[in-house]
Amino acid sequence: MTGSSIAGSRIRDRRQLAGIRQTDLAREVGISASYLNLIEHNRRRIGGKLLLRIAGVLDVDPSVISEGAEATLVAGLREAAGDQESRGVELDSVEEFAGRFPGWAQLLTDTHRRNVELERSVESLTDRLAHDPHLAESLHEVLSVVTAIRSTASILADTRSLEAEWQARFHRNINEDSQRLAEGAESLVRYLDAAPGTEADIKSPQDEVDAFLDAHGYHFPSLEAPDDKDEDRVDQLLAKDRLLKSAPALKIAHDILNRYQADAGRVPLKPLISAIAVSGVDPAELAMHFGVDLPCMLRRLAMLPSEAAGPTGLLVCDASGTLIMHKPFDDFAVSRMAGACPAWPLFRALAQPQIPFCLRIRQAGRAVEPVTAVAVAEPVAAARYNSAPILRSYMLLMPDRQGHDRAQEPEEVGTSCRICPRGDCAARREPSITQDGF
Amino acid sequence: MGNTVLLIEDEPNIIEAISFILARDGWQVKTHSNGHDAIRAVREHDPDLIILDVMLPGKSGYEILEQIRADPDYGEISVLMLTARGQVKDREMAERAGVSRYMTKPFSNADVLHAVRALAGP
Repeated sequence: MTGSSIAGSRIRDRRQLAGIRQTDLAREVGISASYLNLIEHNRRRIGGKLLLRIAGVLDVDPSVISEGAEATLVAGLREAAGDQESRGVELDSVEEFAGRFPGWAQLLTDTHRRNVELERSVESLTDRLAHDPHLAESLHEVLSVVTAIRSTASILADTRSLEAEWQARFHRNINEDSQRLAEGAESLVRYLDAAPGTEADIKSPQDEVDAFLDAHGYHFPSLEAPDDKDEDRVDQLLAKDRLLKSAPALKIAHDILNRYQADAGRVPLKPLISAIAVSGVDPAELAMHFGVDLPCMLRRLAMLPSEAAGPTGLLVCDASGTLIMHKPFDDFAVSRMAGACPAWPLFRALAQPQIPFCLRIRQAGRAVEPVTAVAVAEPVAAARYNSAPILRSYMLLMPDRQGHDRAQEPEEVGTSCRICPRGDCAARREPSITQDGF
Repeated sequence: MGNTVLLIEDEPNIIEAISFILARDGWQVKTHSNGHDAIRAVREHDPDLIILDVMLPGKSGYEILEQIRADPDYGEISVLMLTARGQVKDREMAERAGVSRYMTKPFSNADVLHAVRALAGP
């Protein structure tokens, strides 16, 4: 999506940066000014020799125009710059940097991600040491025994003319305690050896589940078989897996797959693919066609192979706004660490459960394509007086759709406040580190 | 002041060692080894000074200390607390609960004797 379709915007940016008038550029490359205008507004595709000529006049590498910077790469760079609180980072040329040095930019982004991961590991290890009940218990045991031994030993050493009976008793106590101490120390060492162990202990269960789903491309052919519900198939699938290590991650994956299997039973793969071939990917239409609720259809569409439904992304959150599932989508950057933007339809849907939203949205920042978002929230437990809202909100992300949807101007939403350039935002939590828009 | 010490501690060999050294120093030592009915043990033995472990089965030393401080007859008694955790937070909790003196395991016999004598006063 971030491909050549917005090359026009980049040509316009570059031309303005170089201070060249549209008519002059058009004349130099041998096309009419109105045609260049169409290109610059992304209404005509551009490629081949014309692109090379324009790049030549603008004095940039053709790849800067043709490939541009991946939106996610740019978002990653902004995030990195934001977290470092670094002054003097040239934020206004972040896209140029990503475009001209994609390898370095990727390296920087990856390094930053790794850094964040490591910080989290350190935090969770510190937390573990400070609050680990097993560790506290073991240390208490060891200290108690050491106290007893120290006390007893000093009685034996310091008391002159200690009666034989007492002497024997204290000797026996020391012997007992030293044995307990040995066992306690051994169990402590064993525990510390095993404790931080693999990364599984450190990664959040959600991260593990994301990695697991990603490795399967969010699609599980073995759960698509049309015959009756078979719990075993989920278990078999999980038994073969090596990415899910912690018990909480296994539990989460188990729930997701069970729901997947139930959804697949209600909306079987082949009829769904046929229906899409006829009427396209319209979630509400498809939900009605199959007689299922919209959340079920959104989940289903997000878990289809991309040949069948095109690229899709999915965000799921609960009533607290906490993201509980995230299938990444190219033109929509999401950062679990940095927090989300309340303008996302995902959160609007929470305020009006069961009312679906369908909006063209575009994340603020340049070189990002609009996307179509379909969002709806549903109650997942029966309503009770004064009870906490037990809701789940879903937002399916799809490539910007053709046709009548185009009539609606894409609404601008953010990524996360710190890296969001929107200036006039009532929902802002903290100042942005990007200067554009102010 | 009398010379009865009540030692509330659940580690048998610590009980034995402390009892021994305090007895040699001329104290009358009574012992009790769980948290549930510690306050009853206080009333029963009517001690002049209490040595209280923080980690007891049934009830924490802090809770027992609060009960003691709230008791009309024993509210003013000297309490020496023993703990295996030397963290500032624990010390603060003990002080809030009204401890007279606080000792961190592993302590030496001399430490205990010194603390008990100091609490007993001149």
